[in-house]
Amino acid sequence: MSGAEKIAVTVTDIVPLNDLVTRFEFKRTDGGPLPTFSGGAHTVVEMRDGDTTRLNPYSLMSDPMDQSAYTISVRRDDQGRGGSLYMHTKVAVGDEMVISYPVNLFSLDLRAKKHLFLAGGIGITPFLAQIKQLERFNGHWELHYASRTESLGSYVDELTSHHPNETHIYYDDQKQTIDLVNLLEGQPLGTHVYVCGPKGMIDWVRQTAAAEGWPREAIHYEEFLAPQPGKPFEVKLAVSNKVISVGENESLLEAMERAGVDAPYLCRGGACGQCETNVIDYSGNFIHRDHWLDDEEHAGGQKIMPCVSRFEGKTLVLDR
Amino acid sequence: MTIQFNDESFRDDYSFYNSERAIKRFPFPFHEDSYMYSVNMEQHRGGPKDSVYEKRFDVDEHYVSEMRDRALVLADDPLRCQSLPHMTLAGWDLLELIMVSKSEDYPDLFELHRDGNTWRWINKPLGIDDTFTFLDEATLPYGPMEYITRQAQGDFAVLDQRDDNLWMDAGMVTTQADWSLDFDIGMNFFEWHAPVPLAHEKGIFVRALKFLLNIQQGAPARRLNWTMTVNPLLDTSPENYHKWGIQKTTLTPENIGAKQHLRVELQTFFRLPRSNALVFPIRCYLCSFQDLMTVPKWGRRLHRVVRDLPVELATYKGFIANRPMMLDYLENFDDGLPTSPGIWPDLETEPPLKT
Repeated sequence: MSGAEKIAVTVTDIVPLNDLVTRFEFKRTDGGPLPTFSGGAHTVVEMRDGDTTRLNPYSLMSDPMDQSAYTISVRRDDQGRGGSLYMHTKVAVGDEMVISYPVNLFSLDLRAKKHLFLAGGIGITPFLAQIKQLERFNGHWELHYASRTESLGSYVDELTSHHPNETHIYYDDQKQTIDLVNLLEGQPLGTHVYVCGPKGMIDWVRQTAAAEGWPREAIHYEEFLAPQPGKPFEVKLAVSNKVISVGENESLLEAMERAGVDAPYLCRGGACGQCETNVIDYSGNFIHRDHWLDDEEHAGGQKIMPCVSRFEGKTLVLDR
Repeated sequence: MTIQFNDESFRDDYSFYNSERAIKRFPFPFHEDSYMYSVNMEQHRGGPKDSVYEKRFDVDEHYVSEMRDRALVLADDPLRCQSLPHMTLAGWDLLELIMVSKSEDYPDLFELHRDGNTWRWINKPLGIDDTFTFLDEATLPYGPMEYITRQAQGDFAVLDQRDDNLWMDAGMVTTQADWSLDFDIGMNFFEWHAPVPLAHEKGIFVRALKFLLNIQQGAPARRLNWTMTVNPLLDTSPENYHKWGIQKTTLTPENIGAKQHLRVELQTFFRLPRSNALVFPIRCYLCSFQDLMTVPKWGRRLHRVVRDLPVELATYKGFIANRPMMLDYLENFDDGLPTSPGIWPDLETEPPLKT
């Protein structure tokens, strides 16, 4: 079986936060305690939408020590393949769902003397759990959180009222931006930087920190990609001896699962590396979108990450 | 099942022994008639009744005596237990994992009563009844990792996970097969495995690390490893090599059956929830050759494995000098009949030794 262990849960609360973001609370359907977790962990939520099953990762934002319930916040993506729309429009309080055990690909480095958090938009969610974890152990942290507008600033009020000294808010429409170079320069030795937000923000932070001489190991980032729709294509799976077609609105990984092929996965967002698959033969172009393979591997035509990447062309044969 | 705990020693007079039940449940490590390294991992979720795989942390007849031996080792050498400052949370994770597992799996021996963060832990075999505050180190006589691993058989390596690697940043190591926590502390996965022959060339460690980094909460894994030990010594550490290394020369054709032990490690791997660290319990089981030979299948197979093992491995495992004497003894228990696949003794189905 692929993916992390599963937990049967019931939706116990749904709270719209603003035009785009809604919060969901889950409790175990059998009434038992949920596993504790570490700040930065995510859960994969299974959505059964008619014939389509989607599995989307969402950061856990509740207190990691709270075993009574998990909460996640889902940003609606009107251009996406429908996972977030399904959560926003189809899920109701009382629904039973299946989620995965927590998996952490964005863990705190507990050696850090200080944790500097940089959040963009919905990227705030893993930090909410990490902040609760650090508060319990008197950890040293600081948050810089950029949001498009005041009305879209999820959890700004909660953060500024509970942690007025640690929290710094920036609104794009008011032309407020993080003064990153100065911010990095002012950090004490032993600081670790964590960034979660859009790809542009992650690249900006990594490049700026590298240019300022920060060690690579002190910069942590997480971006889950949602698989993007694209032109349908055909794939031959050599090991299972099947030819499958990948539809416009499904990922290659989902198409393999639909065909009954047990392919490994964890994050389903191009970050963890679990679904890495060898290419046996191809004629055409890869549309690589993952963070796992490096540029050389993307150009090499030997590997593909079926959770987020696609293909356009005549032939694709995979070792799966 | 109520366990009758042995009163025995792993040093000086070596009064260690295995009961008939302990021999039958010994984790014989060879699933076929030959041995080579492999990434031989499987899920750790139970196993045949009364086997060492059945419970998350196996407790057997050696428990009380092993804990007494651990206390002696620590009294001589406190550096056998170390935890770097950032690993305290992982220590609490481990304490919780062991207390919850043992109280659920052995309710007649261990009890855990939790009222919020006020925990009461009762360990009947060791006569412990402590109340403490979870996550408050000041309420325990030792740090959380040391406290609980003084009450749990086997060594414990607690590994931090960062930069796509694992780091030996904490541990309790008193029953080891010739490696040193004090030497390895702070090293990463490739650094502490550097001395192992052949496996690097086969890419074993790259694949093993990838597997371990992806072990997730709720899905622990396990494997068996093995070596040879003369006399039932738990503490075969580099620190004490001057005491036990010399004992390998005391083997004679007359005493080999009683003195030569197959040493098997049941290695398990659990993701720790609050710290995202990985704990690697290494549980040591010892069985003398003469006790192993009471199982016909194991007698046939052990002879073939020891005979055909590559020289590098017999050297690394420390028995190349004694191998001829071992084979002289073991060949008496190999009648050439085929053996059934798998590690289990199969006493009902395997034929007795042809004489």
